[in-house]
Amino acid sequence: MEKIIDEVLEQNGHAGMDSLIPILQEIQDRIGCLTEEVIIRVSEHLNVPTSKIYGLATFYNQFRFEKKGKYHIRICNGTSCRLNGSKWLIEYIEKNLKIKNGETSRNGIFSLEVVNCMGACEFGPVISINDQFYKTQDPDSLKELLDELSNEE
Amino acid sequence: MKPVLFYKEPEKEQVINEVIPYLHDDLPDSASKVLSAFRNDRVKIPIVYVGLTTSSEVGGARKTIEAIEKYIDENELDAKLVIVGSHGLCSYEPIVEVQLPGKTRVAFGKVTENAVPPLLDGIFNGYALPELSLFQYSSDILEPWAHIPLRDELPFFANQQRVLLKNAGIINPENIIEYIAYGGYRALAKTLRKYTSDTVCRLVEESELRGRGGGGFLTGKKWRAALEVPANERILICNADESDPGAFMDRLLIESDPQRVIEGIILSAYAIGASKALIYIRNLYSLTTHRIEEAIRQAYDFGLLGYNILDSGYSLDIVIRKGPGAYVCGEETALIKSLEGKRGMPSIKPPFPTEHGYDGKPTVVNNVETIANIPDILLNGVEWFTALGTEKSKGTKMFSVSGKSNETCFIEVEMGKPLSVIYDLANGVKSGRTFKALHLGGPSGVPVTPEELEFPIGFEELQEHGIPLGSGGVQILDDTVCMVDLTKYFMHFIRNESCGKCIPCREGSNRMYKILDNISRRPYSNESHNTLERFKGVIQLETLAEVMRDTSLCGLGQTASKPLLKALKSFRDEFEEHIFDRKCRASVCRDLRTFYIDVDKCTGCTACARKCPTKAIFGTPRSPYFVVEEKCIGCGICMDTCKFSAVYFK
Amino acid sequence: MNYTIEVNNRKIEARKGDTILETLKRNGIKVPTLCNMETLSPTGACRLCVVEVEGRENLVTSCSHFVEPDMKIKTHSTRVVRARKALVELLLANHPDDCLYCERNGECELQNLAAELQVRERKVQHKSFGQKLDLSSPGIVRDPAKCILCGRCIRICDEVQSVSTFEFVKRGCNMYVGTTMSRDLNFSNCIFCGQCVLACPTGALRERSNVEEVMDALSNSTLIPIVQVAPSISVSIAAELGLKATKDVNGVLFAALRKMGFKYIFDSATAADIAIMEIVQELISRKEKSTDLPMLSSCCPAWVKFVEQYYPEQLSWLSTVKSPQQIMGSLIKAYFPGIGNINPSNIYSVSVMPCLAKKFEARREEMTTKGVSDVDSVISTRELVKMINLYGIDIASIDSQQADPPFSIRSSAGKLFGVAGGSSEAVARTLNFKITGKDLHNVRISELRSVNGVKEFKFKAGKQEFTFLVVNGLKNIHDLMKELIAGSVKADYVEVMACPGGCVNGGGQPFVASTKDVKLRAKVIYDIDETNAIKCAHKNPQVIEVYTNQLEEPGSEKSIKLLHTRFSKREVLL
Repeated sequence: MEKIIDEVLEQNGHAGMDSLIPILQEIQDRIGCLTEEVIIRVSEHLNVPTSKIYGLATFYNQFRFEKKGKYHIRICNGTSCRLNGSKWLIEYIEKNLKIKNGETSRNGIFSLEVVNCMGACEFGPVISINDQFYKTQDPDSLKELLDELSNEE
Repeated sequence: MKPVLFYKEPEKEQVINEVIPYLHDDLPDSASKVLSAFRNDRVKIPIVYVGLTTSSEVGGARKTIEAIEKYIDENELDAKLVIVGSHGLCSYEPIVEVQLPGKTRVAFGKVTENAVPPLLDGIFNGYALPELSLFQYSSDILEPWAHIPLRDELPFFANQQRVLLKNAGIINPENIIEYIAYGGYRALAKTLRKYTSDTVCRLVEESELRGRGGGGFLTGKKWRAALEVPANERILICNADESDPGAFMDRLLIESDPQRVIEGIILSAYAIGASKALIYIRNLYSLTTHRIEEAIRQAYDFGLLGYNILDSGYSLDIVIRKGPGAYVCGEETALIKSLEGKRGMPSIKPPFPTEHGYDGKPTVVNNVETIANIPDILLNGVEWFTALGTEKSKGTKMFSVSGKSNETCFIEVEMGKPLSVIYDLANGVKSGRTFKALHLGGPSGVPVTPEELEFPIGFEELQEHGIPLGSGGVQILDDTVCMVDLTKYFMHFIRNESCGKCIPCREGSNRMYKILDNISRRPYSNESHNTLERFKGVIQLETLAEVMRDTSLCGLGQTASKPLLKALKSFRDEFEEHIFDRKCRASVCRDLRTFYIDVDKCTGCTACARKCPTKAIFGTPRSPYFVVEEKCIGCGICMDTCKFSAVYFK
Repeated sequence: MNYTIEVNNRKIEARKGDTILETLKRNGIKVPTLCNMETLSPTGACRLCVVEVEGRENLVTSCSHFVEPDMKIKTHSTRVVRARKALVELLLANHPDDCLYCERNGECELQNLAAELQVRERKVQHKSFGQKLDLSSPGIVRDPAKCILCGRCIRICDEVQSVSTFEFVKRGCNMYVGTTMSRDLNFSNCIFCGQCVLACPTGALRERSNVEEVMDALSNSTLIPIVQVAPSISVSIAAELGLKATKDVNGVLFAALRKMGFKYIFDSATAADIAIMEIVQELISRKEKSTDLPMLSSCCPAWVKFVEQYYPEQLSWLSTVKSPQQIMGSLIKAYFPGIGNINPSNIYSVSVMPCLAKKFEARREEMTTKGVSDVDSVISTRELVKMINLYGIDIASIDSQQADPPFSIRSSAGKLFGVAGGSSEAVARTLNFKITGKDLHNVRISELRSVNGVKEFKFKAGKQEFTFLVVNGLKNIHDLMKELIAGSVKADYVEVMACPGGCVNGGGQPFVASTKDVKLRAKVIYDIDETNAIKCAHKNPQVIEVYTNQLEEPGSEKSIKLLHTRFSKREVLL
């Protein structure tokens, strides 16, 4: 992990405050989440107080401090998907996997991210697991899918 | 074989030498000929086009592509596979088009991987599967297919005015030459050769183009303001964040025709004398980002971007910045904060970004759709543009239509057309359902009733009736949609997406959400103050809404109460039903359901009565049980418990 | 240039470049504000200062809009007042109802606003807030439930102190004010200067109260309660006690403390005099050896923590002399028992300080002897006011009294420790004497008075030239430190006070409405300096006595053991 941070910071040698977000994005893309160490290192590199970085990272949807699960579930909760029942999918996951938006299940297998619109409104409610899309899901078919995945474990 | 994505090096040389130097004026024949070849006016080998955008990707377009590749390989065919964008017919995706030598280009819908072999078997034998075929392109020189409607005659296309979407679905979005072949970059060449920045500003001012992001501010006026601030450097920002839930116009426009946006950015930047342009794009839009990155790379390659563009002495660099996801960053000051590496909290205006924006420099923030309008205005002239639309709203408007409509689509309509056009283009609601409303403009928009569909599309035209035009996200609502639930959803969205800075927006949206939540739920207890709370809350809604509009810092809070106020006005009966009768006619507010036990099916097994948390189910074992309505809290545990499906709800 | 604008149908004059709020204030029209503070940049977050401007669709915030010619403004129209009231109601909907139990009861800006706008009904039942009370730090208590997210603490920490402990975390209805990784305050980079407590309009940030333990000690007959009072207390407390704000109430204060039951009352300014002797000695010796220069002052515990966090490499620059509070603390437990013939383990040593970092300082490991703190309890000025009221002491009817020997006499130099620049002035006086053997012709060094930001002062003692730098408010400190490290700025003595204006504006001082009141406090100290007979530390007979009785001379082995301390690097998230 340290190596990755070093690399990213090196690429952004003489960066200013405006490259804070791109730096965090790249680190998160490569590590999977942000950590205290990332904040400290970036803070030193850009000479920005850690509180500012923490405040910024918690402001935006993209950044997370918990590692993604083995299966990262994204559920679209755009208006259209909502009308077509994404609410029940989210409810199902919250209830059965006991994780909320932005959290990872305790065994590290599933993590949930509710996003505002994935731009595939005709196939709603859209869910993606590890960037693979699954269309028109109701809680029953979601259950099947999740059972299948957890049985693989 | 792999799909042909880019141009080849000799092709690039040819275009740079034979076409680009003449772009500013009428093209000489030699150049036209070169471009004709790239337009595939005539083909020597069959070409298979597959629309690949995010939406078709979800529909399985990648698998379709794999199947086509496999088919062509296995049958050792001499054919070419080309990626194109989207026509806007999202419900028919994946769409595959085939152009055989001598025949017109013909499109097929819903071509999933399994449909590929029969389709291609047929088409290569001169037979177009009727159940899949959608339309064919009209051509004077090619032989048409029998019994397939022409694209231009299809109501879906005939009722649109496709200016921005002219190339969408037709050209390969990852090949700049195709864009040039369809008339691209001529506006840029003409402008750099003939106009000064000042003239461009004046022309756009005269065109009365208004910002398409929702605000409707005059674009030319904004540019002028920035141009007139003395500065060494000015910045243009293209806002492609599009975090409106259920809006995907900008995304599909970029994925289908990214070069149009790039050309628009260069022109806009030139108009305000900016030497740097930033594209702020949503991080979740990976394919979109890829397309725009590729488009920028190619534009640099062709000398259309970078140092000394087309030998005009004007230089511009475009940088892509991925928005880390916050709805409020659609607000320009918040967007600028985000670009500066800060929390995206709007700041007070004045100073306006046009005076003191990104990095303290004069900055113009324009929406993707606004920018995409610029090339055509400058190429075809102000008169051409002002002829489109109404007196106060010129041009066209893109909409993405989804929800409970029969078809999900992505359209461009001339201003001044009635709103019903949108409804018709989406082919209404599914059979057996009744149309309830058309929701225009997402969380800061309003639901439009069927009676109001006759209003013409336009900024002032709709505002007269209290309807904001919004950014263009449209949801069709039918009778399975609960208006209380929908407004609650929007309010929930706002309360999470509010930056949290100012009190009215942060606390007001939270409060409103709680009031709405309260009326869409059963009271947890039957204490009298609880019922009183519900009423008190509803009475508060309107005052709250007014204060939010009056005092919020930015547009997000000022418009946040719009869906609620309009729904309260237009769908009052539904709200009253929730409050007084505790009923949700669409059965969406599950908490309000009352459960009943079917006497014929109940065996009296006692399972439900034992599980009921409020002891609302009574009866004698082995004879039918019943639910005491007063006690039922609508949790639905009885329904889940019953093995005989005897429990139902109303 | 002046404009004429119309406010509430009355024409008034406005200056170009002024905000509407400033103009209204100058013309005697009060508009409520919450997020606005005169020393901080406007953010327009609370929206309470909205006014109606003719021609504008929405209400505009007067704190951030500039006056324009011929503006027509309504400051208290029905629409405006209704909006303000609704805003306060919204805030109250998320605010605990326990005003009667709140530390800030009666001094709370939110409470005042609610009263002013006549909020008379709770429209929403309060639901408890998720975040817990943060009691981790010895100086500051955070109660997030009472936070109204005005952002004043964030801005003051950022713009005035450049420490940036706080920042908004998360967004929308989930937003709260937090530290990095939402750590508790004691594990953050907070330096406990307490400026945020002064800035907080509600009870969300307050001092960690030590009143109860002091009261327990006072009622415990086996203990001998001893109290020391910091130099800046007597000039800041008068208004709170119902006396004239410009009065030095030292004597009354001592009398009140004695009435409460304190056995001995000492003046910390005497310890400040001793500190001056030590600092001068240390400065002369460092200058001679030219090592560890510039010497950084160490009497401000917030500043000391700041250096330990941000500049661990420069720790050797800090003067090793303890702060007056700790010098007095050591003397009370190690020197006074011998004189007063009492058992040191029976002593309960209390200090009254203008500062919340002093609470932290008293808990530092270096400040303990065999595991027992030299100073057992620290109470702030505000806490003292509460205690005086609690003990039912009628200030108006008591007569002045003196402090107790051996620490009852102070020079006015010691008193100067209460203001920024004061310790430099005091050091300069004694330094001159030590080097030349003569007193300064004019002891008053006006260059070091009412310093805003950073000020340099060159001073010649005999043949030696000394450069003093005076800093208050940590805003500029990073730049200055960079230059000092690089050597592009040279100095011999750098006096840093974390709080702008020094201790008179300390985090433990009574709340004031404007910076003018702080300046008033400083003026009282300077007035004392004018009239006092002993103006230099080395002339204080009690200081001489302490050295002759026990310490021998400044910088002696005994002095170092008792009056000097050490510092160590702190690992915190900066």
